[in-house]
Amino acid sequence: MTAVFWKELRDHFSSYRFIILVFMIVIICGAAVYTAAENVRGDVRLNPTDFIFIRVFTTSGDTLPSFLAFISFFGPIIGIIFGFDAINSERTGGTLSRILSQPLFRDSVINGKFLAGFVTIAILMAAIVLGTSVLGIAAIGIRPSSAEVLRIFIFYILTLLYVGFWLGVGVLCSVLFKKTVTSALVPFSIWIFFLVFMSMIAGLIADWQEPIDRYSQPEEEVNHQDIQDKIALVSPVVLYSEASDIVLSPERRTLHGITQARMEVNPELTDFTPVSVRQSLKLTGPHLIVLMALTAICFAASYIRFIKEEIRST
Amino acid sequence: MTVTVVETAELTKVYGETIAVDKLNLKIGEGEVFGFLGPNGAGKTTTILMLLGLTEPTYGEARISGYNTTFEPLNVKRITGYLPENVGFYNDLTARENLRYITRLNSMRRQEATGKIDEALKSVGLMEVADKEVGKFSKGMKQRLGIADVLVKDPKLVILDEPTTGIDPAGVSHVLDVIIGMARNHGITVLLSSHLLNQVQKICDRVGIIAKGKLVAEGSIEKLNTELFTKGQNAVEVQVTELTDGLMNLLRSIVGVTGIDVTGNSLSIFSDRDVKKEVSKAIVESGSLPIQIKTRDYALEEIYMKYFSED
Repeated sequence: MTAVFWKELRDHFSSYRFIILVFMIVIICGAAVYTAAENVRGDVRLNPTDFIFIRVFTTSGDTLPSFLAFISFFGPIIGIIFGFDAINSERTGGTLSRILSQPLFRDSVINGKFLAGFVTIAILMAAIVLGTSVLGIAAIGIRPSSAEVLRIFIFYILTLLYVGFWLGVGVLCSVLFKKTVTSALVPFSIWIFFLVFMSMIAGLIADWQEPIDRYSQPEEEVNHQDIQDKIALVSPVVLYSEASDIVLSPERRTLHGITQARMEVNPELTDFTPVSVRQSLKLTGPHLIVLMALTAICFAASYIRFIKEEIRST
Repeated sequence: MTVTVVETAELTKVYGETIAVDKLNLKIGEGEVFGFLGPNGAGKTTTILMLLGLTEPTYGEARISGYNTTFEPLNVKRITGYLPENVGFYNDLTARENLRYITRLNSMRRQEATGKIDEALKSVGLMEVADKEVGKFSKGMKQRLGIADVLVKDPKLVILDEPTTGIDPAGVSHVLDVIIGMARNHGITVLLSSHLLNQVQKICDRVGIIAKGKLVAEGSIEKLNTELFTKGQNAVEVQVTELTDGLMNLLRSIVGVTGIDVTGNSLSIFSDRDVKKEVSKAIVESGSLPIQIKTRDYALEEIYMKYFSED
């Protein structure tokens, strides 16, 4: 397996897609830090907090989105890009049957490829997070506290799982579909479905279950919101953005969005004193586990499919 | 026969309703060049995949040097080199790097590998382009690199699936030379599948003809020839100075003659035994003179056509 792993890793690092991604990352880090440096001051004045440094990751500006928004958008793209042609490009290139006639177990091929993709992503993500942190320190002149460092590390793991999930989707499609064009488009469609349509569907179901209008009681509005949130959680996109927002915002102590109606129903939610890392983790634990499970499912499915497949050279 | 390298017993593969390979029994000895012939879709590739353990047989078993291909695929793959029909290489790597990857997958030591790679590239005549990217190679060069790729792991058995398809005549003869060299100089057993008979004919010690998943004939080309003789398919081609009714009657009266085709002054005489002597005697007796008398040689192609027209 190590031979496959090192070959794939080498391929990833010398590929054009990697160079393009690195270029994109430089832009992302630069933009995020620029936005943060411009806006953190005002943001902190509005919502005073001890956790200033971590705002670098969540502060958005008037024109540019926050670092977190950037990552939740580019994460899936990075994952899919490193996975979508893992197996089928070897098949169309005629190298797969040559490799599989060598004395190695078939799972070594897919394991090596998945691992190489994952390590590449891990290195890229580490570069992004570290780069942003370093630039952030330089830009706003505040060092992160140990709690912040821990939160950023958890965020890193969370992001890795999320991007790993999309890598899994990509690899699965590369096993399922013979053409690389198909296996590139399908995961992107899945992503767009979760990104755009899932919230619409959730909204529709919530409207049907708990119709609200402007005369509705706060309880009804909250109920409507809860239904919508729960259904939206089916989407890994929502899972990730919710979890990472909680991890990076110490003052968030609930999964619910804070609306006027919510504050009327649960007045205790207006308490914005920061919570401990452990409490944030408690809130996001299920998200982490589900993301891990989704990644495992994708990988297991591609694994089984690949092991059972007959390899013809034509 | 010496040591058996390839042995299949009742090897069968069924896809849904169709039987791709039907109770195949094969034996190939060490150092032999065996030609596996048949039209497209006859089950050649499926058989090869089963021999390599890339596909599981529905029934029966295959053994390579005693290793069961279904249960000990790694042992089989360690000693078997396989050149698939549409061989592919990593186009952005050089020839040497492509082979290097294969030696790594075979867990060869770096130093040992370097020697083997050079040796393999030299034997297929690709030493000058060893450090060029494979993407720039011609089809014939890639095919030769494919053979180097197979040689690099020092195999006991080499399986080549349609090794000459799609390359020009010069390339074909080069590839065939390398294949013969492999068997003669290194004692490697070669199993070669092809539908291009005249090419294979030249280099195979023995051929097996497969049609619709069944092995319909097997043996050396001479043996297949004589088998055909006994089936009443012996033919003598004759050209005479003068064709008379008397001659025709004399010829027809020869024992064993089953039919005569006439084209001008040329005759094709079919019989179930060798009748050359009687034919020449009859011609002279009739007052005509023979210009040419020869036994028609069954080329592999005709053997082949014959077996396929039978079903």
